[in-house]
Amino acid sequence: MDGLILTIVSVFKILLVMVPLILSVAYLTLFERKVIGFMHARIGPNRVGFKGLAQPFADVFKLLTKEVIVPTNSSRFLFLTAPVLSLAPAFAAWAVIPFTDGWQIADVNAGLLYVLAMTSIGVYGVIIAGWASNSKYAFLGAMRSAAQIVAYEIAMGFALIGVLMMSGSLNLGDIVRAQAGGFTNWYVLPLFPLAIVYFISGVAETNRAPFDVAEGESEIVAGFHVDYSGMAFALFFLAEYANMIMIAALAAILFLGGWMSPIDGFGDGIHWFLIKTVALLFVFVWLRATFPRYRYDQIMRLGWKVFIPVTIVWIAVVGFAIYFEVGPWFSTVRGGGL
Amino acid sequence: MTFELFAFYCFAAIVVFAATAVISSRNPVHSAMFLVLTFFTCAGIWMLLEAEFLAVTLVLVYVGAVMVLFLFVVMMLDVNVEPLREGFVKYLPVGLLVGAVMLVEMIFLITQRYFKSDQFPVPERASADQLSNTEMLGELLYSQYLFQFEIAAIILLVAIVAAIALTMRRRPDTKYQTPAVQIAASKKGRLRVVQMPAEKRS
Repeated sequence: MDGLILTIVSVFKILLVMVPLILSVAYLTLFERKVIGFMHARIGPNRVGFKGLAQPFADVFKLLTKEVIVPTNSSRFLFLTAPVLSLAPAFAAWAVIPFTDGWQIADVNAGLLYVLAMTSIGVYGVIIAGWASNSKYAFLGAMRSAAQIVAYEIAMGFALIGVLMMSGSLNLGDIVRAQAGGFTNWYVLPLFPLAIVYFISGVAETNRAPFDVAEGESEIVAGFHVDYSGMAFALFFLAEYANMIMIAALAAILFLGGWMSPIDGFGDGIHWFLIKTVALLFVFVWLRATFPRYRYDQIMRLGWKVFIPVTIVWIAVVGFAIYFEVGPWFSTVRGGGL
Repeated sequence: MTFELFAFYCFAAIVVFAATAVISSRNPVHSAMFLVLTFFTCAGIWMLLEAEFLAVTLVLVYVGAVMVLFLFVVMMLDVNVEPLREGFVKYLPVGLLVGAVMLVEMIFLITQRYFKSDQFPVPERASADQLSNTEMLGELLYSQYLFQFEIAAIILLVAIVAAIALTMRRRPDTKYQTPAVQIAASKKGRLRVVQMPAEKRS
């Protein structure tokens, strides 16, 4: 009986996260189109519904009613599995995200590690899609994307090590609680280089502009999902945007104090978490509207020769600062000074 | 049957199926994907053993990094499967022998007759207020097993350096950019304004 109640409560919690997440993905596409529109000095979608607010639903229904075409020489099973492989990890990672104190599906001790593991699985969707399509454009896209994701994952992991050293915990809730007490305690200040590396790596991980060589419309059409149509394409789209929100939410949790208010005792709560996430999502869109696409060797250089050394140096700096209890940030770190 | 036992049997069945498919499927990419499934399900079994740190690390390292590179290589090389399969029947007896030996060892272990595994108590459940899995592992690695841990780290470092040394070669014909030079470029070094009198059109 207890098991049954637990199952029902868990399913309810999952729905409570999933439904708003999918709606956010839908409206993020509209947000992106509107923001980029204004940055280009045009209006953006404004026909469907009031001021274009129903545009995401129009897009969804269009894609739903389209036919999913499976290329004749493709590996049919893997071709149809690939979108699921890319969507499932993007959603599964949300299980450990704390929205506010105590509001999370699973309070896991190794939460951060779990998130990293889930996001690292997402690359299979891209690789398998590229291979199963049996098309050279798709394959090139998959290869580029795989190399890029593997490169930036290392920098991303290293950037997170600094956060772990400061908070002494892998639990996302504890990491946020360690940043309590106003914006001066947020990790973005002592770990500024790591925060920048994390966010840019996040943009590269999600294959967003200016790192979107995996899609590269101008040279390889649409990259790994060139052969996908209808709902199968929509799933890739959904996964990309869910990952984008995920990276923004994680950056808010790890470096910007999650649900903590910038001024101490000014009403902590989920609204702060949402404001920070939306602000970071705006940066995603802003980057896309601003920068031209990186060339492939420049991406590799940035990942391997710039970000990884920067993170290693800063990890050493944080280590020494914690050991010698340097104020104002490192003197209160648990386990400092040994 | 408790839910845990049920989950274990499900995971175990998937692992056995996927591991068999790794060696029996005709396409190398399918084999690699089955290996991914095997690792992932093994992580599930480790999770049932309350080794959450190891389980997540298995997914992170093997599924997220090692197998991606493996798949990368398998896709790039157009592996011809036919010559590989010719050896299958030839080496089958040896494989069966090794398999049989391992099976017998397992049976000895499980039946408790020679290894006396029944004399050891069943390990107790970790209580909720104990240190977390990660912290316990960390404390053990950085205190009691520090020396071994450092040795493992050195071996890995040597392997990294060796891998780079093996694959690196001078390639003077490749073109590459030096961003520092590009950034340092200025009008002074590139542009020459020539003063000359205007000429009449002929």
